This record gives sequence, C-alpha cells and structure tokens, in this order.
Amino acid sequence: MQFLSYLINGISLGSVYALIALGYTMVYGIAKMLNFAHGDIIMIGSYVVFFTFGSFGLNPIVSILLSMVVCTVLGVTVERIAYRPLREAPSLAVLITAIGVSYLLQQVAQLVWSSNPKSFSSVVSLKPISLFGGSLVISGETIVTIAACIVIMVALMWFINNTPAGHAMLAVSEDRGAAQLMGVNVNATISLTFAIGSALAAIAGALLCSSYPTLQPTTGAMPGIKAFVAAVFGGIGSIPGAFLGGILLGVIENLSKAYISTQLSDAIVFLVLIVVLLVKPTGLLGKKINVKV
Amino acid sequence: MAMKHLKKTTKSNLITFGIVIAFYLVVQLLSMLGVMTSSFSGQLIPICAYVILAVSLNLTVGVLGELSLGHAGFMSVGAFSGTVTWMTTSQIMPSWLALLLSFVVGGAMAGLFGLIIGIPVLRLSGDYLAIVTLAFGEIIKNFMNTCYLGYDASGIHFSLKDSASMGLAADGTVLINGAMGVTGINKASTFTIGIVLVVLTLAVILNLVRSRAGRAITAIRDNEIAAQSIGIKITSYKLMAFIVSAVFAGLAGVLYSLNFSTLVAKKFDYNTSILILVFVVLGGIGNLRGSVIAAALLTVLPELLRSMNDYRMLIYAILLIVMMIFNQSPQLIAWRKQIAEKFKARKDKKGPKPEQPKGVV
Repeated sequence: MQFLSYLINGISLGSVYALIALGYTMVYGIAKMLNFAHGDIIMIGSYVVFFTFGSFGLNPIVSILLSMVVCTVLGVTVERIAYRPLREAPSLAVLITAIGVSYLLQQVAQLVWSSNPKSFSSVVSLKPISLFGGSLVISGETIVTIAACIVIMVALMWFINNTPAGHAMLAVSEDRGAAQLMGVNVNATISLTFAIGSALAAIAGALLCSSYPTLQPTTGAMPGIKAFVAAVFGGIGSIPGAFLGGILLGVIENLSKAYISTQLSDAIVFLVLIVVLLVKPTGLLGKKINVKV
Repeated sequence: MAMKHLKKTTKSNLITFGIVIAFYLVVQLLSMLGVMTSSFSGQLIPICAYVILAVSLNLTVGVLGELSLGHAGFMSVGAFSGTVTWMTTSQIMPSWLALLLSFVVGGAMAGLFGLIIGIPVLRLSGDYLAIVTLAFGEIIKNFMNTCYLGYDASGIHFSLKDSASMGLAADGTVLINGAMGVTGINKASTFTIGIVLVVLTLAVILNLVRSRAGRAITAIRDNEIAAQSIGIKITSYKLMAFIVSAVFAGLAGVLYSLNFSTLVAKKFDYNTSILILVFVVLGGIGNLRGSVIAAALLTVLPELLRSMNDYRMLIYAILLIVMMIFNQSPQLIAWRKQIAEKFKARKDKKGPKPEQPKGVV
C-alpha cells in the first residue's frame, strides 16, 4: 500500500514534469533550440499566483489565468528580443543566450522578491480521498495535477492535429524553409509555440508549488532541467513522448527518494538521462533523424 | 628587431605569457613593498584557479565548439581527490612530493571522469552535451554531499548514509564528512604554484591549439561532416579536447581547495560553472588570452566594487545576452559590416588610407 502511495505521488510529480516538458519539447521541435529559461518562467508564474491568490485572495482559477497571461507575454517577449535575432546563428550562441535569460529572470526575481523562500498556499481546495479504509490517502493536489495534465495533453494533441495553426507548427518542425515557401508564417508560428509553452508553464508552476509549497527565485531551475531530461527521455519533439517521459521520471524520482536515498534522488534522475542517451539517444518515442550534407 | 622574425602566433603566445609573468612580478613587487591589502592577496590564488578554469573551458567551448555546463564538476572531482591525497600523504612524505602527488591525482581523476562522461556524450550533438554535462555536475555535487570517507588501522571506510555507518574505529580519521566536506586542510597552495600552473595550462593548451590535433579539433568545430569526410577521427579528437579541458579543471580544483581550510561540495555548483562560462564569453569565445584577462579582472572587480555585489550576477546575465546577440546575430553582423564600410569610404575620401589594425588571435 505504501508502494502504491509513492507511485501515485510519483505520477503526480511526473504530471508536472510532463506539463513543463511539453513546453521544452514543442520549442525544441519547432524552433530547434533549448530554451533554458523555461524553468524560470514557471517561477515567475508561481510568483504571480502567489501574490494574486495568496496575498490578494483572488479566485484560484482567475489567478492562474492571470499568471498564464503574464507568462505568455513574458515568453513571447523573451523570444522576440533575445532569441529571434539569433535564429540563424550557431546553436552555441543561442544556448548561451538562453542561459543568460534564465539567469536574468532569476536575478530580477531575487532583487524584486528577495531570495527568502515564501510559503505557497495550495490553489486546490479539493478534499483528499482516502481509500482502503484510510491506508491509502490521495491528496486533492495529486488528483487535480494528474487530471489537468491529461486534459491538457489531449487538448494539445487535438490542437496540433486539427487546426491550421497546429498544422503550421508541424510543418515548421518538419522543415522550416519548405514551410516558409508554402506560405507558413514561421515567426508567428514560433511565437505561438512560445506562447503555448509559457502558458502551460504557468499552470505547471501553480500545481508544482501547490504540492511542494516553497517558492523562491531558484524554484523553477531544477524542475525545468528535470523536465528537459523527461523530454529527452520520451523523445524530444514528441508530445506523447514528453508525457510518457515526464510520468516515468516522476515515478523514478519518487521511488528512489523512498527506497534508495533522498539526497541521491537527483543524481539518479540525471543518471537515467545519461543511460537513455547511451542506449537510445532518440528517446522512447523519438524519431531517428538522419543528418544530410 | 628579433621579434620581427617570429611567427605571428608565436608572438601572440609570448604576449600572453608576458602578461602572466608581468602580473606575477608586479604582485611580488607590491608585496615586497608591503602595499597589498589583505583582501587582494587573498584573491591571488582564486584568480589563478579561475584563469586556469576559464582557459580550459575555452578549449571546449571556443576551440571544440561544444558547450560544457559541468566544468565545476570536474573542478570538484579534482578538488576532493587532490585534497584527500594531500591529507593522507602530507605526513608520510616530504611536503613537496605530497603536493605534487595531490596535483597529479586531482588532474588524473578529473581526466578520468572526463573520459567516462565524454565517451557517451560526445557522440551526441551540442544541446545534449550541454545538458548532460550539467547533469554530471549535479550528480557529482549530490554524490559528494552524501559521501563519507575515512580511514583507520583496519583500512579505508566509505559510506553514502552517514558518518556512523562508516564503522570507523575510535582512533580513525574522517576525511570527507558528507555535506560538511573536508575540514582542517593544511593550506598548501601558494601564489607561485598558481602562476606556475597558469603558465603550464597556457603552454599546453596554446600548443595544442596550434598542433595537428588542434587543427583537427577546429575543423570538427567548423564542419563536422566535412572533417569526417577527410578522415579526421571525430570522436577521438573531441574526447581529447574534452579530457585535456577536464584535467586542467581538476588541477584548478586542487589549487583552489588547498587554499582554504575547508572544502564543501556545494561550492562547485551550477552557478560556478556559469561563472566560468561568463569569463569565457566576455573574454571572447576561442580567445585564450581574453579568458585570462576576463577571469582575472572579473575575480578582482567584485571585491573592489562591493556595493555592486547584489547586481553582479544581473549584470553578467545582461552582458551574456547582449554580447551574444551583438556578436552572433546575422543581421547585426551585416549591419556592422555596412557601418565599417561607410566609415572606410569616408576615410578614403579624406586622405590616405590608415594602416589596418592587426587582428588579435
């Protein structure tokens, strides 16, 4: 029973990773860049929820919607100012810029809100469910997180496969130049990708901080990196892959925390990444890409 | 003049060495005159360590063209293995030999980890390398944070849980005490050792870059497929650059840790890796002399401008973004060329063409 409880908590954590990984994997698939600042957008989103919901007592849904708007604007702005000028530049330059943006967001947050951790009050008011005569308790946060993740996944898959904007995204990820020749507005499509990814990051941030209620400027960094590991694990560029990778990673992390060592759980998660890259570099559901000259 | 007969690269290298030696002489002179503040003299060994780190990271980032975010991890490996060697051997052998052994062990261990991490990763493309090296740095930090090591009459004891589960005898010595790290280190680093290591690093890396191997490495950076097609062994040359870079990071780690009486794993985190990257980017990617100057200046400046300390990382972050966009954006490169041409055209009209400034390498 205890194992089941660890497993469910792992799936809940994994759902958050999956939501963050969706943002990574979409941006990587479409803009071909690793957006290091994605984790820090989560952090900014969580601060927005913290102040609007925690301090001003806004309705949690309104507060999350507001946070989604802020994150979307932030994500698109970052893309416009920092990444777009480097669209044709070597990937090293883009990567260093993304690290710079990540650091910038963290430092600004630290100057504005100080590095003291804030205790985040949960946005979920659902009562915990107890099963098997109380031997298995599932918290409201866990249920909402898993449900939200599944709903968002399905909606996103539908959006990409059934709308013109979604088709444009697929086309750009396949071949940017050809898509442009076919009349797809590449810049707008990439902006849309950043917007969706950042909006999902806002939701992920609120759910993450509801389950792990300490908020500080570095809150987003580690989940962000782990979500990238999840995206690689599932196969970068693949949306079901991000979901699968996220869930698996969350379960691995929680089980190793429970049965191996709390302090070594991060190390184990990263070891998974190295093993995956060794055995199957394209990830579980990724496609093999042949390099053409 | 004799200088004229030297090759351009030799001259450039001599200038780099000259800067390092001049710095050493000036510091020696200042300390003889007794005008050095204690905060500055405390910075001397860290400066040397950061210079070595920046130069060695520049080999990976600038010459090999791959982004490594785990340089602090190699530094940590070197620091811990070197310090443990120093703690165990300094009583049983002459101190110069123990110190030499510590540096050799630290460098070799870091190089070994470079090999272990490099073999799987270097087959992959750039972004993966960055994230795996980052992961490696975190693994090392987590591992060293939970690592307990000690020895007594019956041998070496090791545990990943706590100091009690090592099963050390009462008279045993604890070497690494988990998150508390290594304490009571007998400081052994001196500024002279630091400068010798800096010169050694520069000598090895500058020569490597200009060697046959170095040219192969730059060819891989510029076009991997083309390099492969002319028979360059991609993986082995990449691995070579990566390992050399790791070895020197390890040496810098030993130098750094033997300058303090305590050593904790937390010091070598992601932020340290980024700080070294900032030195490399601000000094100029691929420009080794730039790395030397940037690392030294950016280590000294925050001490002088203490009031700015809160904004230090903010300024670094903005500098990273601005430098990258300014130097690498195709539009801005075209725009800069345009401006330069206009400027030149105006100069041509006014009078004789001025002598072209020679590019620094």
